[in-house]
Amino acid sequence: MTHLKKILLGEQGLVVIFAVAFVIVSLTVPNFLSERNMLGLLQSVVTIGIIACTMMFCLASRDFDLSVGSTVAFSGMVAVMASNASGSILLGLLAAVLCGAVVGTINGVVIARFRINALITTLATMQIVRGFALIASDGRAVGINDPGFYQLALSRFLGVPTPIWVMGLFFIVFGFVLNRTVFGKNTLAIGGNPEASRLAGVDVARMRIWIFALQGIVCAVAGVLLASRITSGQPNAATGLELSVISACVLGGVSLAGGRAAMTGVIVGVLIMGIAENAMNLLNIQAFYQYVVRGLILLLAVLLDNLRSVAGRQRV
Amino acid sequence: MQDFLEFRSISKGYPGVQALSDVSFAVRKGAVHGLMGENGAGKSTLIRVLSGDQSADQGEIRIDGEVQHYRSVRDAFHAGVIVIHQELQLVPELTVAENLWLGHFPGKGGVIDQRKLIGVVSQKLAEIGIDVDPTAKVASLSIGERQMVEIAKAVMLDARVIALDEPTSSLSSRESEILFALIDRLRANGTVILYVSHRLDEIFRLCDSLTVLRDGKLAAHHPDISEVTRDQIISEMVGREIANIWGWRGRSFGAERLRVESIAGPKLKFPLSFSVRRGEIVGFFGLIGAGRSEMARLVYGADARSQGSVSVDGAAVPADSPPKSIRAGIVLCPEDRKFDGIVQGRSIEENMTISSRRHFSPFGIINPKKESELADKFIAKLRVRTPSRRQDIVNLSGGNQQKVILGRWLSEEGIKVLIIDEPTRGIDVGAKSEIYEILYGLAEQGMAIVVVSSELPEVMGIADRIIVMCEGRLAADMPRADFDERRILAAALPDIKNGKDLPLTQVR
Repeated sequence: MTHLKKILLGEQGLVVIFAVAFVIVSLTVPNFLSERNMLGLLQSVVTIGIIACTMMFCLASRDFDLSVGSTVAFSGMVAVMASNASGSILLGLLAAVLCGAVVGTINGVVIARFRINALITTLATMQIVRGFALIASDGRAVGINDPGFYQLALSRFLGVPTPIWVMGLFFIVFGFVLNRTVFGKNTLAIGGNPEASRLAGVDVARMRIWIFALQGIVCAVAGVLLASRITSGQPNAATGLELSVISACVLGGVSLAGGRAAMTGVIVGVLIMGIAENAMNLLNIQAFYQYVVRGLILLLAVLLDNLRSVAGRQRV
Repeated sequence: MQDFLEFRSISKGYPGVQALSDVSFAVRKGAVHGLMGENGAGKSTLIRVLSGDQSADQGEIRIDGEVQHYRSVRDAFHAGVIVIHQELQLVPELTVAENLWLGHFPGKGGVIDQRKLIGVVSQKLAEIGIDVDPTAKVASLSIGERQMVEIAKAVMLDARVIALDEPTSSLSSRESEILFALIDRLRANGTVILYVSHRLDEIFRLCDSLTVLRDGKLAAHHPDISEVTRDQIISEMVGREIANIWGWRGRSFGAERLRVESIAGPKLKFPLSFSVRRGEIVGFFGLIGAGRSEMARLVYGADARSQGSVSVDGAAVPADSPPKSIRAGIVLCPEDRKFDGIVQGRSIEENMTISSRRHFSPFGIINPKKESELADKFIAKLRVRTPSRRQDIVNLSGGNQQKVILGRWLSEEGIKVLIIDEPTRGIDVGAKSEIYEILYGLAEQGMAIVVVSSELPEVMGIADRIIVMCEGRLAADMPRADFDERRILAAALPDIKNGKDLPLTQVR
C-alpha cells in the first residue's frame, strides 16, 4: 500500500496513471488502438493541447486566463473573413495572429499594469471578444471561399495531419522555453514568489504581459486550425474551451498556486482528457454523460495534487 | 512545585534528518521556560509536536501527569496547549472581539449576542491587562497589539500551556516590555509558558528555567536559570566558545561610492541624504517605524522615489526599477526573507542565479552547465550547508537562506553597493559570524555596504559608522570611535530627543 502510494504521489505518478489507463482502455475498448482512431484522438485534442502550452505559463506565474475560448473563435473568424476579403490566406493568418496578440496584450496590460485580478479581467475580455466574434459575423457561420484554407487542417505529412505536427512542435518549443530559458525560469519564479522575484531584478509586469500576449498568439494559431478543420468561421466555436484547457493543465500537475509546472505533465493531462472522451465515444456513451466524467476526472486530479503536496510538505 | 509539562524521550525524524532524538525535560507549573538553540537545533519541531501539528515518532508528552494522545492541532487545543507562531493567526478584517470568539460565537440560532461578544472580551482584556479596543479591527492594530490579542485568545480558551515562538522578533523594545509584563501576569496565574527566543537578554529577563537544544538533542537543562551564565548558554548552543561574534576589523576607505541626495517617497516624507565610501560599512539604526527599511527600499528602487537622486561612483541610478539598480551596481537583501527574498518551491540554484543568469544566457537560453557551476561555486564560497544545489530553498535554515540571497548578488558581476536589511534576523549565532565575515570580505574588496538593523549590538558590532534614524529623519551620524550605546539610543528615541539633558551628535 505504501509502495503504491509512493508511486502514485511521486514525480511520475501521473505518467504511471496515464500508462495504466491507456493499457486498460486499449484492452477493453474495441478499435481504440487502431491507427485511424489514434490519429483521430490526437486531432481531437489539438486545440486543447496547443493552448495548454501557454496556459501552463499563465498558471505557473499565478495568473489565470478565461478568455482563450473566445479568442479562438474570434481569431478563427478573423482569419476566415480576412482571407475571404483579401483573397490571401497568408494575410488572413497574419490578421488572426495580430488579433490574438492584441487581445492577449490587453489582458496582460490590464492585469499587470493596472493590477486588476486576472480572473475578473479575463472574464470580461472573454465576453467582449465573444461579442466581437458575433458582431463581425452577425451571429452566423462564415464559409471559407478559398479551398486552400482547408489544407491547413487536411494536409498530411508522413501520414499524420498537419495540426498534430503543429501541436507536437508547440510541445517541444514550450517545453524548451519552460526549462531552458530565462523566460521559463522567471515564469516559475514569479509564480513561486512575485515580490521576491521583483526585488531580485525580474521585471514582473513585463513578464506577465508577455505571457498573456503569447497566450493570445497561440490561441490565434489554434483558432485558425480549428476554422480550417470545421471549414468555416464559427462565432460560437470553442465555448467552454477555457475550462478544458485549465483542467488539462491541472491534471498535468500545474499548480494553481503558481511556481510548479512541467511540459510532460501537461501533455499527459491533455492526452488523458482526449482518451476519456475518445473511449466514451467509441463505447457510444451519450455526450451528456461525458460532462460528468470530465468533471470527475478534474476533481480526482485536484485531489491527487492535494495529496501530493501534503506528502511533499511532510517530507520537509 | 511539581512538574506540569513533561516531554519524555521525544524523537522525530524526517527523511534524511533526525530532527529530535530522545529529548526529555519537564517544566514546573507557573514557570516561564526558555527554549534555545541554533536554527535547526529542533526547537521548531518540538513546538510542532507539542502543538499537535506533527506527531512524534517516539516518546510522550504529559500535561499535569496525564499522557496526551492528541493527533491534531485541534486535539492539542482541547488539551489546553496553544502555540503562538511568528506569523500571527488572526483574521484582519474582523474585530478583536470577533477574533477572540471565532469558532464559537456566543448567541442563539446563529444570531450573535453582541453584548456578550464585546462584554466578555473587554472583561477578559482588562483582567489580563491588555489595553486594546475590543471593537477595533485587527487590521488597524500594530504587530505588537496583534500579538497581545493572540495571547488573549489563548487565555480565553483556558490555555494551560502557551508556547511563544520568537514573539519579539518584530516588536519594538517598548512593545516587548508590554509583552513581558503580560507574560509575568500569566505566570502568576499558573500558566506554563514555553518561550522560544534567540535573545539572551530576554531569556534572562523572563525565564525561570531553560532548555538548550543542539542538533536535535538535549544539550542542557537548567531548572534554575539563576545558576547559568550567558557564555555558558552560548557555548551549550554552539558546542564551542564564541569569544566575539562580531569580529570587526579596521579597514581603509576609498573614494565616495554611493551618494544619496534628498530622496523621499510615499512612506518616507522627509528628504534624506547620505553617502558611503568604498570599503565602508555604514549601519542604519532606528526603532520600529523610524523608516530604515523604507530608506533601503527607496535607494534600491523597490519603491518609487518621488524626489531626490541616487548615484554610484558619480553615475545616476534610475528611480524605480530593481533591474536598473542591479545594472548600476546597487543591490538589496530585503528585510523579510520569506516574503521578499526567497522564491519558495524553487531550488537553491534557481534562487541564486535568478538575476545573474542573464550574463550567460544568449537570447534568453540558459546554459545549465554554467548555471550549476556558478551555483556550486557560491555554495562553496559562502559555505551554504546543503546536500545539493537542487534542494528547495525552503528546506534551508534562515542563515543558509540569507547566504543564498547574498550569493544571488555576488554572482552578479560588478556589484558596488550592497544594502542588507536585518542581515541576521532569525539567524543563529554561528551563522551570524559567518555572514559578518562575508560582509567584511566584501568591504575589503571596495564594496560600499549599508547594514540596516534594529539590533543595536549588531550595528555597533559591525559598522564603521552609524546613522541613526528617528521618525523618518536622520537623527545622528557618528564614526566608530564615537559609538556610545546611550547616545545612539537617545537619538533614536522620539520622546527624549526634545529634552536638553542628553548631548546629541550633530547631524551632518
